[in-house]
Amino acid sequence: MGGKKQVKAEMVQGTMDMLILRTLVMGPAHGHTIAHVIEHTSENVLEVEQGSLYPALHRLEDRGWLSSYWGASENNRKAKFYKLTAAGRRQLVAEANRWQQMVEAIGRVMGESLS
Amino acid sequence: MSIKRFFKRNRRDEELAREIEAYIELEAEENRSRGLSPAESIRRARVKFGSPRRVREDEWEHNTLKLFDSAFRDIRYAVRTLLRTPGFTVAAVVVMALGIGANTALFTVVRSVLLKPLPFKDPDRLIQLYEQSPGGKRMYSWVAPGMYAAWKQQAPSVEEMAIYGTDSISLSGDGGPLPERIRYAECSWNLFSMLGVQPMLGRSFVEADDRPDAAGTVVLTHSLWMRRYAGDKAILGKTILLDARPYTVVGVLPAWFNYPDLPTQLWAAIYHEKGPEQMRQVDNHNFLVVARLKPGATIAQAQSEVDTAEKRVHMANPTNPSVGSAANARTLLDGLVHDAKTQLYILLGATSCVLLIACLNVANLLVARSASRRKETSIRAALGGSRWRLLREQVTESLVLAAAGGAFGLPLAWAGVRWMVQARPDMARMNAVHLDVGSIAFGLGIMAGSGVLAGLIPAASLLRSPLLEPLQESSRSSSAGRGRARMRKLLLTLEVGLTVVLLIGAGLLLKSYQHLRSSDIGCPTQNVLTMRFSLPSARYDTSAKVDAFYEELVPRLRALPGVKAAGIATTLPGQGYGGDSRFTIPEHPSSTPGAVDDAIVRGVDPGYFSAIQIPLKRGRYFEARERQDKALSVIVSASFARHYFPGEDPIGKHVKALDFQGVPPQGFEVVGVVGNTLWGLTEEETPTLYFPIYSGGWPAASIAVRSDIDAASLAVPVEKLLAKLDPDLPVENVLTMEQSIGKSTLDASFTSALVLAFAVIALVLAAVGLYGVLSYLVTQRTGEIGVRIALGAQRNGVLKLMLLDGLRPAGAGLIVGLVAGVLGVRWIGSMLYGIKPLDLSVFVEVTVVLSLVAALACALPAWRASRLDPMTALRLE
Repeated sequence: MGGKKQVKAEMVQGTMDMLILRTLVMGPAHGHTIAHVIEHTSENVLEVEQGSLYPALHRLEDRGWLSSYWGASENNRKAKFYKLTAAGRRQLVAEANRWQQMVEAIGRVMGESLS
Repeated sequence: MSIKRFFKRNRRDEELAREIEAYIELEAEENRSRGLSPAESIRRARVKFGSPRRVREDEWEHNTLKLFDSAFRDIRYAVRTLLRTPGFTVAAVVVMALGIGANTALFTVVRSVLLKPLPFKDPDRLIQLYEQSPGGKRMYSWVAPGMYAAWKQQAPSVEEMAIYGTDSISLSGDGGPLPERIRYAECSWNLFSMLGVQPMLGRSFVEADDRPDAAGTVVLTHSLWMRRYAGDKAILGKTILLDARPYTVVGVLPAWFNYPDLPTQLWAAIYHEKGPEQMRQVDNHNFLVVARLKPGATIAQAQSEVDTAEKRVHMANPTNPSVGSAANARTLLDGLVHDAKTQLYILLGATSCVLLIACLNVANLLVARSASRRKETSIRAALGGSRWRLLREQVTESLVLAAAGGAFGLPLAWAGVRWMVQARPDMARMNAVHLDVGSIAFGLGIMAGSGVLAGLIPAASLLRSPLLEPLQESSRSSSAGRGRARMRKLLLTLEVGLTVVLLIGAGLLLKSYQHLRSSDIGCPTQNVLTMRFSLPSARYDTSAKVDAFYEELVPRLRALPGVKAAGIATTLPGQGYGGDSRFTIPEHPSSTPGAVDDAIVRGVDPGYFSAIQIPLKRGRYFEARERQDKALSVIVSASFARHYFPGEDPIGKHVKALDFQGVPPQGFEVVGVVGNTLWGLTEEETPTLYFPIYSGGWPAASIAVRSDIDAASLAVPVEKLLAKLDPDLPVENVLTMEQSIGKSTLDASFTSALVLAFAVIALVLAAVGLYGVLSYLVTQRTGEIGVRIALGAQRNGVLKLMLLDGLRPAGAGLIVGLVAGVLGVRWIGSMLYGIKPLDLSVFVEVTVVLSLVAALACALPAWRASRLDPMTALRLE
């Protein structure tokens, strides 16, 4: 879909997994929804590349952080739903903490040099 | 995890496709709900998603094990390449199959016969003790029972010691099946318990069985029990007759027990069999002794202890030269399989050579192939193919070849093992040999090993030389592939060298075998039928009865139609040692009082020498009147006469045989001298004394019947005649004389035939290799040769040039092989009879044969090179 791209934001390395896990906290979703949610919540700053979404989903599933099942979508289409597992939830907490530390650290560095 | 994914990747890809499908549909639906037209909705959805194929390919790649995938591809590629040259492939696979099969079979035999521990309790503590034969000719010789008794008391490092001996005996009884002559063993009662063998039925011997005054007891082997008594458990406690004396069956041994060999079918207690007098003899070397070491004791300790004991006994009997003066020990396993050892290792060596040659040959062919693909390789390298990748392809190809070779080679090994078991039932432990998991693992191992070896040799140059160079070479460059050619020549040199070693080995063994077969046993052996019988002492209890039987038999034998001459003797030439006696010569009183000499003794009937055609040198044969107490004469062999009556006429002199009952006080008078005979083909001629068989006390005899026609056809009439004289008399060893001698040359014929076969295979392989290399060189140098001829080179010159090019590696290989042969032949020295390991004629013959074959193999490509039409040759490029 088109839309105005204010910032051409490349996904920060390694954040895709975290974003997917975060999205699924709200409940099971299929790939389309996950992409939409990430894009909408980021106000279209982040653009999910389909080419990396599906490999990422499968990778997370292989690691046991997600489980999947085929179900019916909102409009009764067959779609593959992904669901957070307990291990996935733990992983999300760990990654969120690390992310938080990272942001703060970067923030401290950036803040000093500007003022 | 990833391996699971690898094998499930097809299913996962399908699922991903459906997932993508679902995504696009959802997106399109959303677009539609925003009011776009259905076609536009789908288009936009697709645009947003991008290429589903790329996503799927990424995912596919992600799920793929790189190594697996490329291995599959390499194998497919290799198979396709190999199928493109079926001739080469078939040849290589056959060669590999032969090498792998022969090696696996030999390894299986070596492992089960030589390496596998004996099936007894704590087999590593079991040893065998020997006396050294007086004079020291044999390190590991038979033991006298009196010596055993002495050892037993004076060997503290030995926990237990047992004695046994084997003999043949007539088995009958219970109105059961016909009487038969079987090989049986007599042992001290503790043998079985010492080995840790529990009888399958009943009990083994106890101390009370093993006494002269005990009732006779026997233990049956499983095979005899199944064969003669149909596995009937009621046999326990029954009485059977051995040489017409009653014995009670007390036990049956387990099926796996076939110690010391397969033919031994029955066990009796030795101290019951032999009188106390006999068991005290210290000079009757007729038995074998096994022992169990105490935990922690060594063979060397045991050996020094029995050796000391032996020397004590020797000192105590200063006048008897037959008492041994040294004792030796080795492991029980070694004692059992020693005869097979050298042969099997020689064969294993030969098969390894063949396998190595096969690998070299395949490597050689692959080098040729990789040379013709040099440009291709370079282009691929230029396009980014890594060396590792190219190397892997090369090795994969040879591995595929080796795998195919193994696929045919392992069944071949199975057949080979079966054949060897059938061909050599006489070899110790042979019956237990079969292809098992271990040997198959070995086969697979050498398969992989030879595959890698054959692949790495040609690939080596891939790693060394600059890959891109061939692209820079001009297409006419005559130096193209010189490095490869050098590699091939080196391989050839090795190959020829190995072949020469094999040829030398085969040549020596073959020559030794021919020596053996042609060695003069002392009488003509053609058209002579022999068989052996022994009159049971229970029914033939007086020497008059024995003589009556012989006297009845001999004239009837001579009267049989087709019989030209017949004779009987206690032992025929070539049939074994047969027995000896100590003697003195009254006319030559010895300087050392009491010293006695020893000679082989034979009892023969008066017509024996002329029947079997042992020439009379002096004097006369025995006469019919010389029987019982009138038998006062002796005939000596020429060697006896030369040795003990040097420079004088032995006729009329006397020989006192000390081991005979009722020796005439003045000794036997020498009445004749006959030609020498050998008691064993491989044994030294030994001085022999002949006595009239009618002198009594010779209850066992061999018949020799000479005929004009095929002697084997006389077997049935002679056996019928014996059955008519005594229906209960079993006969054994019904063989022509050539057959009975052939039995003793089995080792030599077997080994030499097999090694020769391997050598011939090697020779063919080497010839093929030479031919291949030279053909390749000629093709490589077509342009150069064309130029030479165009510039006026003589065709003969070209022929010589190319011929020399091919013969040089052959010559180098020949030298390498001859040197290796000179160094290596001592390993087979113990197998050689009548020739020295460094037999010049064999080395010369091998050189000639190899040079001829090499010249032939090189002649064709060289000739082809000299016939090249220069115009075609130059236009070719």
